[in-house]
Amino acid sequence: MKTKSLIYYSLISSIFLFSLVSIWKILVTLQGIELKNFNFAIIITLGIAISLLNILIGDKLNYIIKSTFFALIFTFIDGYIVQLMPIWYNIGIFGILIFFSLKINKYNQKYLATEHSSQIVVFDFLTLFGIVLFSFVILFPFYMMLITSFKTQAALLINPLDFSINFNQDFKELFKSYFVIFDTYKFGRYILISTFVSVGTVIVTLIFAIPAAYAVARLNFFGKNFLSTSILIIYMFPAIVLVIPLYTVFSQLGLRNSVGGLLIVYTATTLPVAIYMLQGYFRSIPKELEEAAIMDKLNWFGIIIKIILPLSIPAISSVALYVFMIAWNEFLFSLMFLDNPNSFTLSRAIQYLSGDAETPRQYLMAGSVVVTIPVLLIFVYFEKYLVSGLTAGSVKG
Amino acid sequence: MSDTLSKIEKRTAYILILPAVFIVFSIILFPIFANVWISFKEVGLKDIRIPEPRAKKIVKSIKDNPDQLKIIYKLRNSSLILEIRDVKFQDKLPKNIKPINLDERCSVKSNKIYCKFGNWEAKYRENFQILLQSSDGKQINKKELKNIKPKLTGKSDNILLNTNFTLKNFKKVFFQNEFFDLLSTTFYYTFFGTIGSIVFGILTAQLVNQKFFGRTFMRSVLLFPYVGPVVALAYTWELLLDPYSGTLNNLLMNFQVIQEPLNLLGQKYLTINFFGFDLKLRLALTTVIIFEIWRYFPLAFLFILARLQAVPKELYEAAEVDGAGPLQKFINITLPQITAVISILFMIRFIWNFNKFEDIFLLTGGASGTRTLPINVYEQGFTISDIGMGSAVSIVIVALLLIFMFVYFKLIGKRADEN
Repeated sequence: MKTKSLIYYSLISSIFLFSLVSIWKILVTLQGIELKNFNFAIIITLGIAISLLNILIGDKLNYIIKSTFFALIFTFIDGYIVQLMPIWYNIGIFGILIFFSLKINKYNQKYLATEHSSQIVVFDFLTLFGIVLFSFVILFPFYMMLITSFKTQAALLINPLDFSINFNQDFKELFKSYFVIFDTYKFGRYILISTFVSVGTVIVTLIFAIPAAYAVARLNFFGKNFLSTSILIIYMFPAIVLVIPLYTVFSQLGLRNSVGGLLIVYTATTLPVAIYMLQGYFRSIPKELEEAAIMDKLNWFGIIIKIILPLSIPAISSVALYVFMIAWNEFLFSLMFLDNPNSFTLSRAIQYLSGDAETPRQYLMAGSVVVTIPVLLIFVYFEKYLVSGLTAGSVKG
Repeated sequence: MSDTLSKIEKRTAYILILPAVFIVFSIILFPIFANVWISFKEVGLKDIRIPEPRAKKIVKSIKDNPDQLKIIYKLRNSSLILEIRDVKFQDKLPKNIKPINLDERCSVKSNKIYCKFGNWEAKYRENFQILLQSSDGKQINKKELKNIKPKLTGKSDNILLNTNFTLKNFKKVFFQNEFFDLLSTTFYYTFFGTIGSIVFGILTAQLVNQKFFGRTFMRSVLLFPYVGPVVALAYTWELLLDPYSGTLNNLLMNFQVIQEPLNLLGQKYLTINFFGFDLKLRLALTTVIIFEIWRYFPLAFLFILARLQAVPKELYEAAEVDGAGPLQKFINITLPQITAVISILFMIRFIWNFNKFEDIFLLTGGASGTRTLPINVYEQGFTISDIGMGSAVSIVIVALLLIFMFVYFKLIGKRADEN
């Protein structure tokens, strides 16, 4: 056994244990329970002691007995230090310790004697640490958004750290913010408008993009290469440089404040990437199929409808989902073009709501939940399609 | 024969592609050129409304004379700045009514009144009257009369279409707009946002590339910040970071990490005492950059993961036989395999971050030292209401973008040559 490996192992494992326990303590604090200290020194010392004991005991004890033993010791000492905690806090600590002891069980004297063992130990724990930390950092804002929408203004002011929800209250009380945004702020209407704009954008984009992509993929014409490179360059131009001229022209044409105007802009901004993604897929369809169709005297329209479309359902779905997501999440143009509350999209409506400093923030969060849930559901359900869309949508090749 | 076929093919191709090209041209390319035009003009937000001649029709009965009626048209020029030339007026009358003592600018032809009002200067107003007499003794229906709307036409200068150009906007952009402050903020934001998202992308991709329980779930979760709507996420962060009722500050104070709440989005500088040196950290800018990294590292993660999964397993096995540790494997195998993806990602993300508007706008609105060029476009155009200035800043952005793209395609081309 190498001393260096042993030191690395005990240090990194105790730091990992400390971070697990601290995240648990943060979550407990957010249930409105007073907890003021992470007890860094004590937990690290305990962690090092447990890691060393683990090596010392090795295989002499059954691993289940060993883990339970460690967990019990830790829970008792921790419970003694923080004191007066609800029992579920201690159960949580116990669970974390069982998990931790099972993780360190695989390390023994023999293991730490192998080459690179110190590096491997550090990598193992960094992986675990990364999984816990990233999940926490990413999910926490979503968790906060959801919880805040169920709280009341008064509760939020009394203790901003109290994230607990009282499930015993009336259903109507619990979902009050949602009732308010649908009744008072007409969010039902905004959902309809957002859905209409997003689905409309998908349909119109596909109607324009499929023929164009087919032409770029299959037909020979003058300016084809120029066109396919310029598609990508155009895609790089940001919305912010288009805003002023579009605002001016749309104002003069009376297209501002209309959902139709928004639909045209969304279509134009998503067309380049839709064409790019589709033509790549069309190229992979064997040409022989179309040649047979030409023999059968099908025209181009027939070829696209009868041969290309049925074969490209996966590609078309990923384009459709990608475009839907872009249109649903879009904010800049809806901010610029819409100033009549009757034609707001969801994003614009939430921004409008926040413009009034008096708006209680649980309403704002309820609105945010309403706009976020559909995209996240679609994303989780159709992840495979959307990921390929995201990949193609943001980079060439 | 083949000649006509290829002609047909060409024609079909154009038919298929033109609608898409037309819409992209008119909504994306045209505005970019229009920006150049507008940026050389002095145009404010209020100037872009086209002046219109307007008339409000009021019908009044006349005392003691039921056969007669009076119509008052309140005429006005809707614009406060521009004149309208050759204003023409037209209104219809019911059949049994004739005007009497008609204004000399007007004439009647088959129950229609035509008037030529000439030129109206800006803010022009006039109360124009017509006296009406029923020709068959029946009472005049006031409602019917009121429901007929007069038509007015006129010519006016469109401030956008005239050819008065000026360099004022560009002078202002470069010399009165704290231009270098803007530029440096934009570059800080872009550079650190890009680097940060790539670093976290590498870390998370390396993480998810290993086998563990819940790996597919983890992969979905890592993409959440990227697919969520920016409005919802930005407001959630704003709440999270709020100095008084925000969760983060309260947590940090609860665990005694800080004594005073930090205004993470509203404070320009934070002085940190570092071994006796006072370091000034741009606090709000840093927060905005962290949000940027949080939101966009998933994209880097996605790309790097895809590349990592394509690295042949034999490479790692061979390295293991040679006695390489995890660190050596990472440095000597993984990193060289992903450098190509990283360089592409760097340039793509650099360009996108350079143009980011929504994130900063929603978090700080460009206050406390977070004003970047895109934010400045919005401020000039819609807060200060100077469309010309906004366009000029847009032009600066486009010019810088073109330089980036030139470099990007040069490098991509070089890489293609190497392979």
